[in-house]
Amino acid sequence: MKGKKESKTVVQEAWIKELVLKNPAKYLLIDDIVSKHKNMEGSLLPILHDIQFEFGCVEDETKRYLANVLNLTRAEIQGIVSFYHDFANAPSPLPIIKLCGAEACQARGYRKLRDEIGVVANGRCQIETVYCLGLCSAGPSAMIGSDVHAQLNTEKLRHLIEAL
Amino acid sequence: MTRKISISDDALAIACGANKVAEAFRKLVPDAEIIRTSSWGMHWLEPLVEIDGQGFGPVSIRDVEAVISGTSDLSIGHIEEHPFLTKQNRLTFARAGKTQPLSLDDYEAMDGWMGYRAARKLGSDIIIEMILESGLRGRGGAGFPAGIKWRTVADTPGAQKYIVCNADEGDSGTFADRMLMEGDPYCLIEGMAIAGLAVGADKGFIYVRSEYPHAIAKLRTAIAHCANIVAPFDIEVRVGAGVYVCGEETSLLESLEGKRGEVRAKPPLPAIKGLFGRPTVVNNVLTLAAVPYILAHGARAYADYGMGRSRGTMPIQLAGNIKHGGLFETAFGISLGELVNDIGGGTASGKPIKAVQAGGPLGAYHPPAQFDLPFDYESFTKAGGLIGHGGIVVFDDSADMMAQARFAMEFCAAESCGKCTPCRLGSIRGLEIFDRMAKDADLKAKHRTDPVAALPQMHNAPKDRARTISSDLQLIRDLCDTMEYGSLCALGGFTPYPVMSAIKNWPEDFGG
Repeated sequence: MKGKKESKTVVQEAWIKELVLKNPAKYLLIDDIVSKHKNMEGSLLPILHDIQFEFGCVEDETKRYLANVLNLTRAEIQGIVSFYHDFANAPSPLPIIKLCGAEACQARGYRKLRDEIGVVANGRCQIETVYCLGLCSAGPSAMIGSDVHAQLNTEKLRHLIEAL
Repeated sequence: MTRKISISDDALAIACGANKVAEAFRKLVPDAEIIRTSSWGMHWLEPLVEIDGQGFGPVSIRDVEAVISGTSDLSIGHIEEHPFLTKQNRLTFARAGKTQPLSLDDYEAMDGWMGYRAARKLGSDIIIEMILESGLRGRGGAGFPAGIKWRTVADTPGAQKYIVCNADEGDSGTFADRMLMEGDPYCLIEGMAIAGLAVGADKGFIYVRSEYPHAIAKLRTAIAHCANIVAPFDIEVRVGAGVYVCGEETSLLESLEGKRGEVRAKPPLPAIKGLFGRPTVVNNVLTLAAVPYILAHGARAYADYGMGRSRGTMPIQLAGNIKHGGLFETAFGISLGELVNDIGGGTASGKPIKAVQAGGPLGAYHPPAQFDLPFDYESFTKAGGLIGHGGIVVFDDSADMMAQARFAMEFCAAESCGKCTPCRLGSIRGLEIFDRMAKDADLKAKHRTDPVAALPQMHNAPKDRARTISSDLQLIRDLCDTMEYGSLCALGGFTPYPVMSAIKNWPEDFGG
């Protein structure tokens, strides 16, 4: 048993070394993030949030690395990353506008806005629909980064996109 | 004397331009003191500016000069005498608009920590007695008596217990949790600390959705500021990751444990086996924020408000296409029509109201014929709906109820955790049926003169027994029945509410 475990460790270390050598700064940062959170209970989401924030995504290689350091399987990490809308597999090449498409914003013209803004947004930004930004009495609303905008119409949203 | 100019720093006010307006005042009157307060909840007036008690709103940067020189026609008079405010009973939101969210002095000056200090003297049994006597029910939607939950946790042995605050306010049309966390974070912390004393928990988590970055920042600062006041009770803020179903209490616990937010089958109840398998109180923001008032002013003072088994007050959120949208805290029992017409002023577009969705995306659509419905848990349940988290979304007559029913299915499909079949697959099938019905209706319009071509497209269906709108609607009914009784949690279980209420009340929108 013991021998088997040791040989497994050696194999893992070889690929980890290879990974880290490719991009040492990245894995140093990931190590920092992990050690910052690892003592809290249920630390995986805070770790993934920080990784998503730093790199704009949780790449496959990152998942593989995390599985190793957190003693989880890659399938577990993949399952968790894919479950949550906030985590992406690859970074978005365009700035993201989160447009609220929940009922309250629908009642205030979200559908029309979404149809009209598609043309403007094309190539400049990625429009994602989120369900509720909590600005339901002043919709349609959108969030860019952590900036919130309410009472939108096509004209206002066009200005926001142009200012990106 | 320096002039005091108060402007809210609530996310909605900022989204309407409050930061720019505050900056403009700062430039124009550099000697004035600009105070960033919480929001009064009168959202149609945001950014609302208060100068010596007098309100002006909505103020844009163009209006700043006129407001200062006294020539502005945006004056609404003395803010606290505004009818929108005088009609309310503000217990939970007593400080809204009046205090700076992170000022411990402001909090203290308006009854802050009064409940917590009382709780420390009273001890576990009496605190729980008071919560039971107050009649406080879970404000998150299910309406389960808070005192019974607390008693269960207190009576369950365990070396470690937890207080978990469900701040994953994902329902459309709701923003009271957000306003409280941003505007009065100490109130929530005080409520959690009292719950901790009641059940013997020294650790609390606030699970906030990632769509609320302002609330997250405020809470984190507030917790750091008052750590020594509530010690040894310790609170940690955890951020969700954009998944609606994590607002369901067992999904939330899974997510807090660092897993996929899939619902757990109950029993065991979270009160007995909750976070990390330990006894856990899971309460919504508004439930916990109601607690300090009860402890400070007594159970009776709270229970005296309300009707029937719905005691106390409910912060109702008026949203959607409504003229006077915002937060309206009042005792249970006010009618739906009063809320949307008298207080909300009807639609913002000026067109007649067609439908009102109460209780978030899983709540029913109510036609104006149901406007005499009293706002309390039992009446709404009886009418086939729910009050949920107190959100009310108004639609004018341009709303297409088939599109809304379809959206309910689409939302369920997008947000299902996938654990149970009725929710995961039922929602997709529902979506398909609605899309097919819409296509059929299109085809019928195109082929009005050719009845054979207008027949539905199932190529192997016998022509005389082809699908009709009524057979499709029957299919939806059966599907909703399966979802309602077969789903593990409220997402699949209540999606039939908006769907069936739309079909029942607006059959004409379904081509029938």
